[in-house]
Amino acid sequence: MTIYGKGLRGLSLATIATLGVALTLIFFYAPLDANQGFVQKIFYVHVPLAIISLCGFIFGGALAVGYLRTGDKRWDMRSYVAIHLALIFGIGGLITGSIWAKASWGHWWVWNEPTLVSFMIVLLLFATYQPLRFSIDDPERQSRYASVFAIVAGAFVPLNFIAVRLAQEYVHPRVLTLSGGNLPGPMRLTFLVSFLGLLLLYVTLWKYEMAAKNARMQVRALRRRLLGDDGIRPVGRSAAPS
Amino acid sequence: MKTTLTVLRKDLRLELRTLETVPAMTLFAVTTFVIFHFGLNRATIDGQLAASVLTTTLLLAGMLGVNRLFVAEREQGGFDAFLLAPVDRTAMLVAKAAALFTFLTVLEVIAVPAFGLLLLGPSLGRSLPGLIAVLALADLGIAVIGTLVSAIAIHTRARDLIGPVIGLPLLIPALIATARAIGPLLAVHGSSSPPGKWLAVLALYDVVFALIAYAVFDFLLED
Amino acid sequence: MEEPPAIELRGLTRHFGERTALRRVSVRVPAGTTLAVLGRNGAGKSTLLRILSTLLRPHAGEVSVFGEPLPRRAFAVRGQLGLLSHEPLLYNDLTGRENLVYHARLHNVGEERVEQLLEAVGMERRAEDPVRLLSRGMVQRLAVCRAVLHQPRLLLLDEPRANLDPAASELVEPLIGRGAGCTRVLTSHDPQAALAEADLVLGLKDGRASFVGAPEQLSAAKLAELYA
Repeated sequence: MTIYGKGLRGLSLATIATLGVALTLIFFYAPLDANQGFVQKIFYVHVPLAIISLCGFIFGGALAVGYLRTGDKRWDMRSYVAIHLALIFGIGGLITGSIWAKASWGHWWVWNEPTLVSFMIVLLLFATYQPLRFSIDDPERQSRYASVFAIVAGAFVPLNFIAVRLAQEYVHPRVLTLSGGNLPGPMRLTFLVSFLGLLLLYVTLWKYEMAAKNARMQVRALRRRLLGDDGIRPVGRSAAPS
Repeated sequence: MKTTLTVLRKDLRLELRTLETVPAMTLFAVTTFVIFHFGLNRATIDGQLAASVLTTTLLLAGMLGVNRLFVAEREQGGFDAFLLAPVDRTAMLVAKAAALFTFLTVLEVIAVPAFGLLLLGPSLGRSLPGLIAVLALADLGIAVIGTLVSAIAIHTRARDLIGPVIGLPLLIPALIATARAIGPLLAVHGSSSPPGKWLAVLALYDVVFALIAYAVFDFLLED
Repeated sequence: MEEPPAIELRGLTRHFGERTALRRVSVRVPAGTTLAVLGRNGAGKSTLLRILSTLLRPHAGEVSVFGEPLPRRAFAVRGQLGLLSHEPLLYNDLTGRENLVYHARLHNVGEERVEQLLEAVGMERRAEDPVRLLSRGMVQRLAVCRAVLHQPRLLLLDEPRANLDPAASELVEPLIGRGAGCTRVLTSHDPQAALAEADLVLGLKDGRASFVGAPEQLSAAKLAELYA
């Protein structure tokens, strides 16, 4: 019996602390950008959200492989939570990116901007994940098909970025290049702390949700064993694995 | 291999007899060209615009084919029949993808000349070989993704909707690559060979998704 | 070493979502015998047949057919099973012959066998008609052909006489009846007919094995309870 609640309090405290430090750094430590001014600071939130979201999708795909190999519903649960949190982070990334775009370039949306565009395509794809799950009644089939989707979509993320990037001149500042980034010192520190804080947030939320779902699943199983099939109300259609 | 051919022959025979899919796809494509003519309000188009119109139309028409791909299996017990046989189950993936590829090819044999007649400014002649090469690669991608997505969709409740909703985002990179590859071919003083970069992207896309589809397809069939 | 039983179930369990269709069902069917599965609609009969045919996987317990455990060895065993289910598993727009040839190819069986079977069930003259145009009785006869095409050692018959008039029933008898010489599992709407053919009876109630034994041991009261 897996318990996900272990260490959750410590993790939560670490998350809050790191995010607190990050916010402080963002507002008081990081220098003001010469061209873009104060609004540039949203970059410290936008980029980590985007990166974590994309990694979350790929992570969800990897977890789905675990389900297909073992048939253990917990893998599917992990995959589901990873993807749906990644989607939320992704929408956050999209919104903050849009705000930044408006502030920097004057438009809420720019098409000749491959990173934003490919990100939107990925979100469009993963937005179908929950409706897909919801439209399959049989829970086992639901988990299986969702896992297949998660794997295909997870593989899609890097391919999509390659294709879109090739297609356009880039306007989006290349913040993290393969050569290690071109951020000056204080900005780099702020960025890293912010990234760490948001990553911790993702992991903490993931563990919270896993713990809650897992507990609920086990309570149902226990009730079914004790009270028989009649002791529990049927779950009805649901997108989440139960 | 033999299994693949058996299933493919069955599907092609069914299509020839019922004519459910290909005529609809073709009609849809031609109608869409007419709509584009009025929507764009231009007598002719060329270059990148023409490439995008052609690619988008073929893609959307392809989605019609995707929706129909597994219907007979689902409604007439074809899955069970296949699953009871002592055969390699990925043969169905290959057979269905081959069938879809065939349908797309037939579609293009009619739709591309229609496009040339109705909308395209420059003549098709010179660019035809390059066009065929690009469309072949694109069709491969659509066939693989379409089969995968159709197999997922057939067991869901909102069958006809889920297919395109999942399939279209997945196909966007292929769409981009195809449109970009065809663009120079359809330009007024266009080249006759498609840019290698985009062919490479299409090929990479096809290979990656073919491998993934091959790996996961079994899980979609079993119960 | 004696021949392994045709079927061995130990604690077989299968769910559909939260509903348990089969609950720890155990039975042993010796080779060459006929098992009748009795029970109300929804008792789990069709599920049991589908698991035996390898179309469904068991969720708990053990299933083995001819000594091969399922689902691990499903591939090895599939060619020896024949399923006659509610649906005929035939394509409406193909002719009877085309359908059977398709199945024959999938099972690596020669086309002469198709002709042989078509004649045996009296369908050789209607074999060129699309299945869509055939009566239910004819479709059922074709379905029987499909099920026995590859000469399976184990026949799984879900209401085999459905839609068959007495004449047609006689035609298919040598193919799927006791005389066929293979192990059979059959279900039927008519318990008396099933009992008449059975060597062993499994009574299912709400997914549980309510009765396992010889037909003579099944009392009228118990039978009534199964269908209550």
